[in-house]
Amino acid sequence: MLFNLFKFKGGVKPPTNKTQSTTLPIAAAPLPSRLVVPLHQSIGGTPRPVVEAGDRVLKGQLIGQADGWISAAVHAPTSGTVVEVAMHVQPHPSGLDALCVVIAPDGKDEWIARTPLDYAALTPEAVREHLQQSGVVGLGGAVFPTHGKLTASKTVPMEELIINGAECEPFITCDDLLMRERAEEVVRGIGIFRDLLQPKKVLIGIEDNKPEAAAAMRAAVETLGEDFAVVQVPTLYPAGGAKQLIRVLTGKEVPASKRSTDLGVQCFNVATAYTAWRAIAHGEPVVSRLVTVTGNVHHPRNYEVLIGTPMDELLKLAQPHPDTDGIIMGGPMMGFLVPQASVPVVKATNCLIAHDDRLFPPKAPEMPCIRCGACAQACPHELQPFEMYWFSRAKNFGKTQEYAIFDCIECGCCSFVCPSRIPLVQYFRFAKSEIWAREREKNAADQAKSRFEFKQLREEREKAEKAEKLAKAAAAQAAKKAAEAAAAAAAEAQPAAGEAAPASQAVAAVDPEKAAKRATIEAAMARAKAQREAAQPKNTDHLTPGQQKEVAEIEARRSGSRIEDRGSSEPAPAEPAAPTSPLDPNN
Amino acid sequence: MLPPAPFLLKDTSVSQVMIQVCVALIPGIAAYAWLVGPAILAQLVIATLAALAAEAAMLSLRGKPLGLFLSDGSAIVTAWLIALTFPPLAPWWLVATGTVFAIVVAKHLYGGLGQNPFNPAMVAFAVCIVSFPALMSQWPSIGLELPFVDQVNIILGLAPRVDALTGATPLDALKTALKLGDGSIDVVRLLADQDVYGNFAGRGWEWVAAGYLLGGLWLWHRQLITWHIPVAFVGALVAISGALWLFNPAQFANPLFHLFSGGAMLGAFFIATDPVSGCTTPRGKLIFGAGAGLLAYIIRVFGGYPDGVAFAVLLMNLCAPLIDLLTQPPIFGMKDKA
Ligand code: SF4
Ligand code: SF4
Repeated sequence: MLFNLFKFKGGVKPPTNKTQSTTLPIAAAPLPSRLVVPLHQSIGGTPRPVVEAGDRVLKGQLIGQADGWISAAVHAPTSGTVVEVAMHVQPHPSGLDALCVVIAPDGKDEWIARTPLDYAALTPEAVREHLQQSGVVGLGGAVFPTHGKLTASKTVPMEELIINGAECEPFITCDDLLMRERAEEVVRGIGIFRDLLQPKKVLIGIEDNKPEAAAAMRAAVETLGEDFAVVQVPTLYPAGGAKQLIRVLTGKEVPASKRSTDLGVQCFNVATAYTAWRAIAHGEPVVSRLVTVTGNVHHPRNYEVLIGTPMDELLKLAQPHPDTDGIIMGGPMMGFLVPQASVPVVKATNCLIAHDDRLFPPKAPEMPCIRCGACAQACPHELQPFEMYWFSRAKNFGKTQEYAIFDCIECGCCSFVCPSRIPLVQYFRFAKSEIWAREREKNAADQAKSRFEFKQLREEREKAEKAEKLAKAAAAQAAKKAAEAAAAAAAEAQPAAGEAAPASQAVAAVDPEKAAKRATIEAAMARAKAQREAAQPKNTDHLTPGQQKEVAEIEARRSGSRIEDRGSSEPAPAEPAAPTSPLDPNN
Repeated sequence: MLPPAPFLLKDTSVSQVMIQVCVALIPGIAAYAWLVGPAILAQLVIATLAALAAEAAMLSLRGKPLGLFLSDGSAIVTAWLIALTFPPLAPWWLVATGTVFAIVVAKHLYGGLGQNPFNPAMVAFAVCIVSFPALMSQWPSIGLELPFVDQVNIILGLAPRVDALTGATPLDALKTALKLGDGSIDVVRLLADQDVYGNFAGRGWEWVAAGYLLGGLWLWHRQLITWHIPVAFVGALVAISGALWLFNPAQFANPLFHLFSGGAMLGAFFIATDPVSGCTTPRGKLIFGAGAGLLAYIIRVFGGYPDGVAFAVLLMNLCAPLIDLLTQPPIFGMKDKA
C-alpha cells in the first residue's frame, strides 16, 4: 500500500544493537525461587492486597484489587504460597520501597479456572471492566491502565487507531519478537481495540529495521481478513514515542496540553494488544511479559518472564560476563540503573541490559555549553534544550517553564548529541522535580492559610454565639427556677448509659493474630500512601466517580506523551521522581 | 541520585567540533600560503602559541582544569581566525597582542568558553585596526617575490619593513581609486586593467576566498553549521551589491567581486556562524546572517575601513540575544497557535 508518511523534527540515530537478541526465539524463563509482585504496577491508585501470608494462591488469582477507575488489578504469576505482604525495594531509580506480595512457587504452575469471553456479546463497559480486572496496562513502558484509554472522545470522531510496534530504543527487541512469533494474537487484540473505539483507520507502525516483524504482521492481518495498514516507518529514535509515531503516521501533532483523542487518535503498544487478547479470549490476566535480556551477556535473548521474577535470576539465564556492574531497566536512552539486582520484573520492564564500561563508556567531563544548537536540532519536541539548561542551572524555574520544560519527554536526544557532554536531561528532571516541590509547598501553604482563616472565622462566630448564649441564659435564668422541681425527677434516669462498649471490643478480639497482620498491612499501605502523597501532590484517593473519570482523562492525556516502548519513562509509580507532573501547567 | 540516562552518547566533543573547524580552514589557508605568501603559516604559529599561552594563564588564574580546557581547541580556532584576518606581514607582536586580547578580555573576562557575547577574533581585529590603523592596512603586494625566511624576518622585526613590499587590498585599492577619481573612474575598466585584480575579484585572494567557501560547505555537510547564516549573509551581500551595481555599474563593483573579496567568505562561513556569539534560532540565524552581510557591505563600501566584516559581525553580536528572544520557534504541537 502506498502510504504517505510525515516527518517529525529532530531525532537521533544511536547504534541499534538489536540483532544480538533476535537470533534466538522467545524462551520461557523457568520458575524463579520466589516472586516479589509489587501491588502498584500501573499509573493510578495502588491496588489493595486481598491475600495474606500463608494463603495458597493459584496462577492468575487476584492478589491486588484495583483501587479506583484508574488502577489495574494484580494477579499471582504462578501457584504457590504467599510468604508475606511487605515493603520491598522497587525497580525505580529512587530505590524506594513499596508494598509487594511475595510468593513461594509450588512448582505446579496451576491456573485458576480460566473463562474465555465472547467480547462481541458484551457491552463496551463490561469489556473495559474485564480488561481492568485482568490487569491489562500499557506494556510499552507507560503502564497506563488500558481500559482507561478505550473510550472515544464524545465530541471528536475517532479517526486513527495507532498501534505502536516501532520499538525505537536501541537493544530492545521484545516487541519485535512478539510480532514475529505471535502476530496473529496481536492482530486479534488490535481488533478488540478497534471494536471499542470504532476508528476510521487502524495503522500499525513498525520501524523499518524490523522487516520480519512487519512481514509477520502483514501476513496475520491478511489471514484474519482485517483492513489494518502495516506501515514501516523510518528508523529514527524516538519514532516509538507515542506523539512521534502519531505524527509520522497521521501528520497530527498532539501538544502537551491535549489528549490524543481530542485530535481523533489513540495509540497502543503491540504487547498491550496481545495481553488484551489473552485476557479476553483465554481468560488469562497479565502475569508475565516478554523481556529482552541483553548487553554484556553471553546469550542475549527474549524471555517470557513472570511478573515478580527477581532481575538477577533472570539475568543469569543469559549468562552475564563477570565484569557486569549493573542492570539497566529499559533502553540505553531512557532506562535507568536499578537500585539493586534483586528487584522484581514488573509490567513496565521491557528490557534488562547488563551494564559494563565497554558498552557504555563513562562519560567525559562536562564542558560549558557552546550554544552550538545541536541539542535543539535533535529535540523531537522542537524545544530549546540549551536555554532550558541555562535556566535550570541558574534555578530560574519560571523561565524553564516559559521554554516549555514540561513538553520535554526526557527522550535524551539532546544529551546524546551534546558535544559538551552536558547531561541535559538530568538538569530537566531536576528542574521539573523542583517545580513540583515548590508547587506542593505552595499548596500546603495555601491550605494552612485557608485553615487559619477558617479558624478565625469560626472563633468570631463562636464569640458571637457566646454573646447570644449569654443573653439567652439571662433570659433563661428566670424560667429555670420554675423548672427546678421537674429537673429533680429527671435525674433519676441517668445510670442506664455506657454499657454498649465492651461488646464491640469482643468482636474485634475474635482473631487477634489476623487483626494484627491486617493492621501491619494497613499500616504499610498507609505508609505507601503517605509516601506517594508526599511525593506527588495528588488527592485522588477519595473521589466521586465523576472526579475519577476526570482524573482518568487527564492521566490518559498525559500518558499520550509517553514514549511507548520503554520502561523508564513511567517508572513504577509510587515514587517521587515519576516524570508525570500532576501539575503540568498545560493540563 | 538522578538517573544518568542516556547511557549511549554520540561520539562527539567540543575538541572534535573545533578540530573540524580548523580542518575546514585548511583549503583557504593552502591557497593563501600558495598564492599570497607563506608568511601566513608563520602568523598561524604565532597566533596559536599566543592563544594557548593566554588561555593557559587565564585558566589557571580562574582555577579551571588546564588539560580539559586547553584541549578543547576553541582558543586555536580564535587564533587562526585572527591570523587569517590580520595582514600576513604584520609584526609578530601585533598578532600576538590581538590574540592575547581576544583570549583574555573578549573570552575569559566574560566567563570563558561559551560565555563571550562577542566573537573574540573580531574583537581583536576591531581593537587592532582602531589602535594600529597603519600596520593593519599594510598588505603584501601580490606577486611579491620574497623568500619565506625574509618574510619571517620581517614579521619578527629582524628585517626592516619596506613600504614597497606592501600595498592595499583589492577592496581598499578600489575604494581609494574611486575616491581619488571622484566620479571619473569606471569600475569595470579598473577591475579589468589593474594588476591587483584577477579573474573575478582580487588576484590570488579570490582563490583564498574560494578555499574558505569549500571548507564552509564541508562544515555544512558535516552538520557543524546550518545553512541559515551563510546563505543569509551571502544572499544579503549579493542583494545589496547587486542592486547598487545594476543601478550604477561604473561606480559599484559587481556582487561576485564583493563575495570573493576581503573577509566575506570567511565571515559568512566561519565567523558569523560562531554559535556562542551568534543567534541560535533558525529565523534568528537568517536575520543575523542577513544583517551581517548588509552591514559588511555598507561599511566596506561607504565606511572608513577597508573591510566591514568584523564590525558587521560585532554589531550583530550585540543584537543576537534580542533577535533570539523574538524569534523563538513554535514547539511540537503548538504551530497553529504561534
Ligand atoms: S548541544 Fe550542548 S553545547 Fe550544544 S547548545 Fe546544546 S547544550 Fe549547548
Ligand atoms: S529530552 Fe526533552 S529537551 Fe531533550 S531532546 Fe528529548 S524532549 Fe527535547
